[in-house]
Amino acid sequence: MAKEKLQPQAAAAAAYVPVPGDFELLDRQDLRIDTNFASQSYWKGVFTHFFKNRRAVIGLVIISVIILLAAFGPVMNSFGYRDIVQYRNEKNKRVVAKGIPPQVPALHRLLTGQELEGNFSDYTFLFGTDDLGRDLWTRTWYGARVSLLIAFVTIIIDMIIGMSYGLISGYFGGRVDNIMQRFVEIANSVPRLVIVSVLAIFMPKGMGLVIVALLLTEWIGMSKIARAEMLKIKEQEYVLASRTLGAQNIHIIFREILPNTIGPIITQVMFSIPTAIFTEAFLSFVGVGIVLPQCSVGTLIEDGFNNITTLPYQILPPILVLALLMLGFNFIGDGLREALAPKLEDM
Amino acid sequence: MTKYILKRIGMALLTLLIITFLLFLLVRIMPGNPFPSERMSADQIANKRAEMGLDDPIHIQFFRYLGGVLQGDFGKGTSLYNGAPIKTVLSTAISNSFRIGGMAILLGTFVGLVLGITAALHKGKFLDGFCTVFSILGVCVPSYVFLIFLQYTFSFRIPFFPYFFDPTRFAFSAVIPSVSLSLFTMSTIARFTRNEMVEVFDSDYVRLAEAKGMYGRELVTKHVLRNALIPIVTVLAPLVVDLLTGALVVEKIYGINGIGKLMVDAIAGEGIDYNYVLALGILYSALYIGIMLVVDLLYGVLDPRIRVTAKVREA
Repeated sequence: MAKEKLQPQAAAAAAYVPVPGDFELLDRQDLRIDTNFASQSYWKGVFTHFFKNRRAVIGLVIISVIILLAAFGPVMNSFGYRDIVQYRNEKNKRVVAKGIPPQVPALHRLLTGQELEGNFSDYTFLFGTDDLGRDLWTRTWYGARVSLLIAFVTIIIDMIIGMSYGLISGYFGGRVDNIMQRFVEIANSVPRLVIVSVLAIFMPKGMGLVIVALLLTEWIGMSKIARAEMLKIKEQEYVLASRTLGAQNIHIIFREILPNTIGPIITQVMFSIPTAIFTEAFLSFVGVGIVLPQCSVGTLIEDGFNNITTLPYQILPPILVLALLMLGFNFIGDGLREALAPKLEDM
Repeated sequence: MTKYILKRIGMALLTLLIITFLLFLLVRIMPGNPFPSERMSADQIANKRAEMGLDDPIHIQFFRYLGGVLQGDFGKGTSLYNGAPIKTVLSTAISNSFRIGGMAILLGTFVGLVLGITAALHKGKFLDGFCTVFSILGVCVPSYVFLIFLQYTFSFRIPFFPYFFDPTRFAFSAVIPSVSLSLFTMSTIARFTRNEMVEVFDSDYVRLAEAKGMYGRELVTKHVLRNALIPIVTVLAPLVVDLLTGALVVEKIYGINGIGKLMVDAIAGEGIDYNYVLALGILYSALYIGIMLVVDLLYGVLDPRIRVTAKVREA
């Protein structure tokens, strides 16, 4: 049957006699590739778009610098985050570096040609010291480290929970989806504040409370996005093909569909991390978050606020770190969103 | 449409009921004895428990509590304000919080709209850049940081405004907290308005209106703003909710006797006041669900397209 159909075509090809003026196929390799789009894989395209975006790059630089400083800042000088800077003078009396404004002796010498005055004139305090005599540079970066760790850990767990929930709900649809979505609706109607306050009854104040509060709230947004993506993708042919080949539901959801939903979910993660940092700062400020002698961005702002009339410079570093973290993650999130779904005019 | 509205209201009420029950349950199953046992004999405790109805089944206790709540009676606090009735404490707190929050919303929305429209009309010029920077700043810095800054500058350095909230001079001392609370709303609305307006300016129907000879103020108010403002209603809901959270710290710092400060005192003080946590939890949930509901319905009224989908879904 098939052979018979092919024959007239073969006959036509054989009967063709080339004439001058025919189009000829050029045998040049580079002409075969559409260098504009086809040569790029999906993710390469996303990266190109992302790095073309000035804001996204700024965000990335800010976040990288802060992460580096949070990792290595505390060991860049000899003070610990809970050490009080002090020494004993000739009369064996304790001299504590309480409330010293930011000072760099070498820079001071260079600018004014004079030595610094005071008991700690040869110490370098980039951000100064607090009211108890602890070095603020160390404390700021240590606090940033704690805040970032809490944010990353909780958001990654939230991502796993929310993603699985949304994907399963969207994939099965029908009654399963209905029940699961009613639950999300109710969970979404409880303000975060109420969850925190109820948690405060059950749990001791501290890092655990912050983490559980974030775990209970942030997965909802992720699950919504994962579900929407699933609804978009699950009718596509490759899913059908996989099912025809006998793949299990679990395999289809997590091996076939999940990799194709990862872009929007990562974008959501980038927006959730600043929310987590914000929430942590807020809870620690209110007094149910991180407890002493640990410190985080939130407790540092609170310390700074308590001493604002006497040591006004103390509040600036944690506020700047918080603001820059928010800025950086928002820029990266925006950049990712645009890179994943570029509009025609940006191409 | 009426059916849709009724359905939405019913759902909201049901959700609120479930949340109230869960909160009640969680607070009631807390370990601990409500009466200090050293001072009372076992008999006295048993009498007291019976008198307060603590031995009844939990659902009967719940309906009794619910009946009280519906009449505005939340019981008494356990440790805050020497056990004064929550109703009286709460009514002053609500009035303070709502007045300051309302001022913040009004100020934020109004200035935000003006900034957003200005930026959109001067797209790509200096004013646009200025508004962008402003809105980024407002989103990245929490409201209590603005409050600390304003308080330090205008109450401490230049002692013009009171350093703490003073209920006898309400309007005067509400300036700093409302301004700092409004900045987040302001910047979000400004950014959103600008982006929406720029998008609408590019749309076909505005191009058509321009082709028909419309320009200037008439074009902006009749065609651009009307369509750009609809999606802004959707951001208002989360903004109001964020305002509630932000108000928590702002009220605490500025010493305002509002629901936010009450909440902080209830959970972060020496002892946790369960009854306040319960009452405020219900109040916050009701507010939250109520705002979501109003915005949902308002959106349906403003945008005919959504009304149509709702009808289709009903059928």
